[in-house]
Amino acid sequence: MAALLGGKGSGEYKENLKGKVWVFPDNVDTDVISPSRYLENLQEMLDHTCESVIKEFPSKVQDGDIIVAGRNFGCGSSRETAPAILQEKGIAAIVAESFARIFYRSSVARALPVLEVNEVSKEFQTGDEIQINIPNAEITNLRTGKTLKGKKIHPILLNLLKNGGLEKQLLAELKENK
Amino acid sequence: MSGQTIAEKILANHFLSGSDIKPDDIIIAKLDLVMSHIGTGKVVIDFRKIRPSKIRKVFDPNKIVVIFDHYNPAPSERWASVHDLIRNFVKKQGIKNFYDIKEGICHQVLPEKGHVRPGMLIVGGDSHTTTYGAFNAASCGLGNTDLFYSYVKGELWFRVPHTIRFRITGKLPPSVMSKDIIIKIAGDHTAEVATYKSIEFTGDTMENLSIASRMTMSNFALELGAKFAFGVPDQKVVDWVKERTTEPFELVKPDPDAIYEKTYEIDVSDLEPQISCPHTVDNVKPISEVAGTKINQAFLGSCTNGRLEDLEIAAKILEGKRIHNDVRMIVTPASQEIWIKAAKSGVSETLINAGAVITNPSCGACFGALGGMLAPSEKCISSSNRNFQGRMGSAAAEVYLGSPATVAASALKGEITDPRDL
Repeated sequence: MAALLGGKGSGEYKENLKGKVWVFPDNVDTDVISPSRYLENLQEMLDHTCESVIKEFPSKVQDGDIIVAGRNFGCGSSRETAPAILQEKGIAAIVAESFARIFYRSSVARALPVLEVNEVSKEFQTGDEIQINIPNAEITNLRTGKTLKGKKIHPILLNLLKNGGLEKQLLAELKENK
Repeated sequence: MSGQTIAEKILANHFLSGSDIKPDDIIIAKLDLVMSHIGTGKVVIDFRKIRPSKIRKVFDPNKIVVIFDHYNPAPSERWASVHDLIRNFVKKQGIKNFYDIKEGICHQVLPEKGHVRPGMLIVGGDSHTTTYGAFNAASCGLGNTDLFYSYVKGELWFRVPHTIRFRITGKLPPSVMSKDIIIKIAGDHTAEVATYKSIEFTGDTMENLSIASRMTMSNFALELGAKFAFGVPDQKVVDWVKERTTEPFELVKPDPDAIYEKTYEIDVSDLEPQISCPHTVDNVKPISEVAGTKINQAFLGSCTNGRLEDLEIAAKILEGKRIHNDVRMIVTPASQEIWIKAAKSGVSETLINAGAVITNPSCGACFGALGGMLAPSEKCISSSNRNFQGRMGSAAAEVYLGSPATVAASALKGEITDPRDL
């Protein structure tokens, strides 16, 4: 768990992202993303993430892919292994109709971009290509050409994403003040 | 300026750059208490990244509580090593408020030991930290990175939440419990009715509930998405807290002209027991529609319903009887204090004689990694707060959530049973 949580993260912040879409339903919970029975073993966690919702997800997901989900994504436990596993699997951003509070907070803290866009899951099929502009909260389905506008990320939180997340910000701050 | 809700008042009191706040503002606030359990292990590892090593200090060792509850006693070498890592850290940092494997679940032990008082702003590395709302504290869960930041800085960003209100009225029928009310709310208003929001539970039903029953509501409120979940700020809270601490405190009450985003009215006079069916908490049916579903396991415990009154109602139902032959009943008291009281009053003996297994205080079977796991195709009736797919073992198993009375009645009959029928 420890190795994973300190893992590769989301890399450099990019304003514009493009990637292949995985569509998830409403109420995807943290036990689906990071089942309790695999919390002991990093490789098992990676091999089984989200399989109860999309069986081929753990074996087929690729670096730069983007999740498009329904409502209440990431509900349940506060375990940060949930966003961490998705980052480790290469997920570059998550666009959902709504997020559970702790999952949203932890994603921002880990510099994983999360965008709220109404009705977004109805506009996509798994395999579509999506283009995202993060500061404008604008997304486009490149197959259908349809563009949707979401809720803009609060400037303070956007800054946190740009700075590489809360831990990076904290360590930099401590270095300055030592 | 209009009046303020409880959440707005507490956040304004802790805001580091003034006191003028409104919903959707993002503020930096001072923390009164930081709680963490097994997740402390990650904090310890993060601390090693702080250079130079001499500045690796927590913000205030007296404002941190560390407790073991998920893996008690350590079920594997790995968790034993994490415990070891945390014990050393706690010693080195001078964190005196450390509770090792014997005490019980964080959300029960912290109030019992007097760490939770009205008006406090508390964060915890556990989602059900909302439980302390029953004591008029603003408290919420967060992940490991936010936890690390809190440990070092003693402050954190918060989005000021909108507040919704549930006004609950009417006398609860016999054998119907506060758990049934909160499950009913989940069913009627979905598992995201309170996402990002602060809840205030009000009304005469709430006033008449015990502190334990109110804790059940504030705890389960997290499953509705809540950030904070306040019970009624009344004399019951004052009396309960005064028994546990000599620290001063004052109740925080909402202003009469506070602005609520929405108020929901709920009359419980005719409420029947409610069940959250697999695999979401808001897949709710009245018990009459699921009664007769065969079960393999009955779990009575967790931070939702592992308190003395929960064990007592189960003992009352099972007194002098034997649970069904095909059912395993697991009882896990939420704390050592509860366990001792249940042992002294004869409640434990009654449950054991009825065929239940009583375990040491811990999170127990609730989170599917410490025992009481389910095989594929098995069904469990549980007094806990999550019935997610795979939560208690196999992803092909099913978990049904209900009140402690429903759990006991179902254990007795071997199938989901209305406790009012006994």
